[in-house]
Amino acid sequence: MRKLLFFFSLFVAFSMHSQDYFPTDSGVKTTENTTFAFTNATIYVTHNKVVKKGTLLIKDGKVLSIGKSVKIPSGTKTIDLSGKTIYPSFIEIYSDFGLANSNRQGGQAGFRSRTRQYEATREGYYWNDHIRPETNPISDFKFDSKKAKDLINAGFGVVNTHLNDGIVQGNGLLIALNPNSSDAYRILDTKSAQYLSFNKSSKSNQAYPSSRMGAMALLRQVYNDADWYAKGNMKNKDLSLEAFNANKNLHQIFETSNVLDALRADKVGDEFGVQYTIVGSGKEFERINDIKATNANFIIPINFSAAFDVSNPLLTEHISLGDMRRWNQEPTNLSVLSKNGINFALTTHTLKSINAFHKNIQKAIKYGFDKEKALEALTTIPANILGNSSIGNLNTGSYANFIITSGDVFDPKTTIHENWVQGDKNVINDMNIKDITGDYMLTVNDENYDLSITGKGAKQSGSIKKDGKKVNAKFSFADDWVTITLNEEDKYTRMLGKVINASNVMQGDAFDTKGDKTSWSASKKVAATETKGKPAKKGGKKEKVLTVVPVSYPNIGFGNYTQPKTQTILVKNVTVWTSEDEGILENTDVLLKNGKITKIGKGLSAGGATVIDGTGKHLTAGIIDEHSHIAASSINEGAQNSSAEVTIEDVVDPNDINIYRNISGGTTTSQILHGSANPIGGRSAIIKLKWGENAEEMIYDNSPKFIKFALGENVKQSRSTNGTRFPQTRMGVEQVFIDYFTRAEEYDALKKSGKPYRKDAEMETLAEIINSERYISCHSYVQSEINMLMKVAEKFGFTINTFTHILEGYKVADKMKEHGVGGSTFSDWWAYKYEVNDAIPYNAAIMHDAGVTVAINSDDREMSRRLNQEAAKTVKYGGMTELEAWKMVTINPAKLLHIDDRVGSIKVGKDADVVLWSDHPMSIYAKVEKTIIEGKVFFDRNEDIKKREAIKEERSKLINMMLQEKIGGAKTQTPRKRIDIDFHCDTEI
Amino acid sequence: MKKIIYSLLFTFLLGNSIIAQQTPADKQTADYSIEGATAHLGNGEVIENSLIMFSEGKIVFAGSANAKIARRGTVINAKGKHVYPGFIAANASLGLVEIDAVKASDDEDEIGTNNPHIRSLIAYNAESKVVESMRPNGVLMAQITPRGGLISGTSSIVQLDAWNWEDAAIKVDDAIHMNWPGSLSSGRRRFGGDGTLKPDPNYPKSIAGIKTYFSNAKTYLAGNAEKKHLPYEATKGLFDGTQKLFIHVNGQKEITDAITISKELGIEKVVIVKGGDADKVADLLVKYNIPIILERPHRNPSSEDDAYDSTYTIAKILTEKGITVGLGMEGSMERMNTRNLPFYAGTFAAHGLEKEEALKLLTFNNAKILGIDDFAGTLEVGKDATLFISEGDALDMRTNIISNAFIQGRKISLETHQTKLWKRYSNKYKTK
Repeated sequence: MRKLLFFFSLFVAFSMHSQDYFPTDSGVKTTENTTFAFTNATIYVTHNKVVKKGTLLIKDGKVLSIGKSVKIPSGTKTIDLSGKTIYPSFIEIYSDFGLANSNRQGGQAGFRSRTRQYEATREGYYWNDHIRPETNPISDFKFDSKKAKDLINAGFGVVNTHLNDGIVQGNGLLIALNPNSSDAYRILDTKSAQYLSFNKSSKSNQAYPSSRMGAMALLRQVYNDADWYAKGNMKNKDLSLEAFNANKNLHQIFETSNVLDALRADKVGDEFGVQYTIVGSGKEFERINDIKATNANFIIPINFSAAFDVSNPLLTEHISLGDMRRWNQEPTNLSVLSKNGINFALTTHTLKSINAFHKNIQKAIKYGFDKEKALEALTTIPANILGNSSIGNLNTGSYANFIITSGDVFDPKTTIHENWVQGDKNVINDMNIKDITGDYMLTVNDENYDLSITGKGAKQSGSIKKDGKKVNAKFSFADDWVTITLNEEDKYTRMLGKVINASNVMQGDAFDTKGDKTSWSASKKVAATETKGKPAKKGGKKEKVLTVVPVSYPNIGFGNYTQPKTQTILVKNVTVWTSEDEGILENTDVLLKNGKITKIGKGLSAGGATVIDGTGKHLTAGIIDEHSHIAASSINEGAQNSSAEVTIEDVVDPNDINIYRNISGGTTTSQILHGSANPIGGRSAIIKLKWGENAEEMIYDNSPKFIKFALGENVKQSRSTNGTRFPQTRMGVEQVFIDYFTRAEEYDALKKSGKPYRKDAEMETLAEIINSERYISCHSYVQSEINMLMKVAEKFGFTINTFTHILEGYKVADKMKEHGVGGSTFSDWWAYKYEVNDAIPYNAAIMHDAGVTVAINSDDREMSRRLNQEAAKTVKYGGMTELEAWKMVTINPAKLLHIDDRVGSIKVGKDADVVLWSDHPMSIYAKVEKTIIEGKVFFDRNEDIKKREAIKEERSKLINMMLQEKIGGAKTQTPRKRIDIDFHCDTEI
Repeated sequence: MKKIIYSLLFTFLLGNSIIAQQTPADKQTADYSIEGATAHLGNGEVIENSLIMFSEGKIVFAGSANAKIARRGTVINAKGKHVYPGFIAANASLGLVEIDAVKASDDEDEIGTNNPHIRSLIAYNAESKVVESMRPNGVLMAQITPRGGLISGTSSIVQLDAWNWEDAAIKVDDAIHMNWPGSLSSGRRRFGGDGTLKPDPNYPKSIAGIKTYFSNAKTYLAGNAEKKHLPYEATKGLFDGTQKLFIHVNGQKEITDAITISKELGIEKVVIVKGGDADKVADLLVKYNIPIILERPHRNPSSEDDAYDSTYTIAKILTEKGITVGLGMEGSMERMNTRNLPFYAGTFAAHGLEKEEALKLLTFNNAKILGIDDFAGTLEVGKDATLFISEGDALDMRTNIISNAFIQGRKISLETHQTKLWKRYSNKYKTK
């Protein structure tokens, strides 16, 4: 109660912050304008400018003066801070402070209705509900005193908050964490920045965008539309675009939750000349070079995952090495970022409890993060990012936001005493509390006890012993009053007394069980006690700095520590499957140099080349998969019947283990196709499976342009239970194409006319198709729809490039030949849905015999690692020759993808993408020995065995470390297994 | 060649009024001798230049062609070719669903949790177009297994050339199948789950439920209950040893629980099905002499750190431990892919298993595990003449080209819905 009263009085004393011009009806008008001087302190004016024994003078919530010799005006309240340190209060730059609750209103956060909603719910705003730049959170803002107290206690003085909802989220508020004041003073900025993310708004069920690539495409379209709107070209009012344009000059802060998304956000920003400040994930160390290349400022969450509880070996097996590593490596993130010269601020926004903030910083410092950088990341950098020079420092004129500490703020032993915000004091650990620690002789009722007091500030506590035995007792110390209750075999003695510091004595009244009053006293034992006074008990929980395991690319099992280099390789005496007219060449040598195939012949001289003996082995071109869904973070943007605006190139995921598994089966190139959720799908990524490299490096240079189309059951939502959109029949599918191509023709004509036009990514793509600059690979099953699409294409004057799946291609092979389209099919899939009722494994052979270029594809991440076997099935079904069968997974798909000038066969001048097989490549007994891409060995059977051993070894090493953590008393988390999504045509994201 | 022309002609005569399914062959009346082939007996033995003779549905001779013995009936010269016992698909669901995505054609999964009384046999569609497509690859028998629930139901074993399920049956109600619960569960990503699997707090409850169910069944069967309890009645064979319990289970913990608990419950004959992690608890399988029906190796390793070939090498590891290993087919597109079973066995052979051992998975071992080894699974005198002739190695798709197949001595058609379409359209372009 006393404490509460104290707080209350403090509150009253400082809550006089009504605006000057407001009438006063509660008494006479008073204005608080005391000048304070803090003297003899070590003062950090900025993170790297320190004044020793300096004076800080503040008035009206601002710094009046600072320095070594500051003249203190008369009437100043002077506070002597000898031995103390002053820092600028920290800035929490990324938060939903005071707005957390409004996020949950109205929407169905975390829960999506089963029925898909295609239309926007609002009028007068952008066509997509997830674009909300008009959001002005001030109307929802409610100062959250509880959260404020937590932040203040942790040393923060200012918080930058926003409503974290939607792809474009509107602007943010910069708030001083001054609980004693009113919003009238606390609000420092109502447009501190504009916020963006890849996440949809919880306030709308509008289905689009359903994928990451959709969100990226949508964002691009917003930039284009905003520009179009700004130029006055739109007939309608669009409050979203107006707001977006108004926010254009604000700082743009983009939230991401993993490294790939950070790179994706940066890519979109760069395209429109916007450099986002990126809210990172804490895992930047995993691709630090790519992060560095963004040149972005980052906001990094200071959050580390707990060790897994690995005491159950069975459960432990489910944890991947990648997840274990992350736990081990995360604490180095800040140090890695800062050593790479990346400019970043820190945020606590992912912390469950802010109490972990200091602990985590201390941990990062132990793992090599520089203290000065830490301070910079909490003060100067966030201030710079927000473009506000009056916070995060104590220069004259800046806000009087500062903390008083007992020493180095990042030292675990340091206490933060006070946090002043806008010149108002917040007491955290009262520095005026007497230090009464020590050993005392306590005397009451003629009995002697040993009283030992330890702890800091208000948390000083005492324990009592008698004749070396512990006595049941309660001890408290507050406001110079000591309260002790002794309990000896249910006989209570209550004592209350004051500390008389000078003589190291405390004394007062004592009441026994009967209520009779006597007196008690305790006097400090001198000397000898000093060393005993600091028991090193805490040592048990002390965190050790663990060995940090190295990062691999990608940072999971089987990742590369160093990337393979282009080698000069001579494969000698090997059976070469050329996939060219030369057919199979026995006992032949192949020289790979500078990433190309440079010589094919007999008895070639090695020169300086690494020689591989190919005796008894087979060398082929790398397998090319025309239809794959590996290495992507999303596959379908199915929330509209056309999604020509999206591209898989945006969402290539170089961390997918399936890349490695595919090269272990001899696949070197894959077309990552959009799924088949809609008639007009998205653009493809054609990638080389260069395991360990990043997304951009994997995507073909000057890649031929492709787009996925789809027909049949999937696009007409035959088995969908969530909503109905046009088309629902094959009849409707045709009209979708005619409609879009008609509009694209009109768009293209307008564009070519030189008149102003609204740039539309979807129409741009479709116009490319009409102009034969982009190829279609169309998911197709039955003959009617195959024939239909060819006729639609002919009507608009272009050719369909590839029908993929094309299971009834054999029924219209003559028409396909005439149209000039190729077919990429499954070897033997059928019977899984109605439209594959007539799918036959002889399809490839019949189409081939009719003169169609035929490939065998996977559409399945498992099959894509053994396409050699699928090619072999065409020998069984339909009697293909082995040479022609082999072409179906090499040169034929290369032709269909228009990369046959670079890959697909063993021919001088082509890329050195080759596979060495232990056996006849179409035999089930064949195993891949080496997979070489551009002269670099990305898969080697022997190296693979070594990697397995290394994984086993590293796992046990990390498991031991985690066991130590648990035994050491650290918190742990339940083991978990990440579910990886098996992407295929129907995957809904 | 003549044959091909005949069959083409035959197709023409039928014209467009194709009868979708092949007419089952009549009972064997005339004898056959297959001479000169490499015979893979299915029990690990190989006879080069062999002679296989069969009469009235049974093998009457299996030995060397050098044997001075009279050739019986039609002699098929199979020099350079290979003879195999008909492959057996364990844990298959052929004929229970025609088209996966068409609900009306789906009869594989009855509602309810404990369905031991549900019998697959009577729903088996002997005229399924998918069933006939097995035969050109050498798959001639199958254990038809219901899916779903905790106890899915009772399977039966059929041969794949019959007018109806009754004629097809070669062993009725051979086993009861159950799906062991998983000890991990996930929050669904779309509904707020974090996309990870964590220990399922309900797992112990599910296990307790299984124990209660079977011990109640046992109690019921021991007494004279006034009212019949059909599901409990159906479990009778598990306790008297006439039926096997096939437990479909993957994890180490789950396999261990499944084995120890079924032993506790007094269930005598247990088979582990799928057994993704069985290599890690192989010693337990050895200890209790429990066989395993593996699932296809053509699937992704279950975790990121697993070797790319971890699903390929498991058969070798288990076989070397002395475990009886069979091969079955469950999961995505399982029916149409059942014809790829030979190539799954081939994959095991490519990754360490000796070739004849790999062959055993689909022949001797599967027959033994299914309890039909007294009449099927190997080329031995007295057994059913269910066999086929392949141009080459039948475990390799490149050479699995089948010219003749017999079920119980009956020469069956190797035509299918698919071969008919092949011929029809090949011809369309040729005649143009």
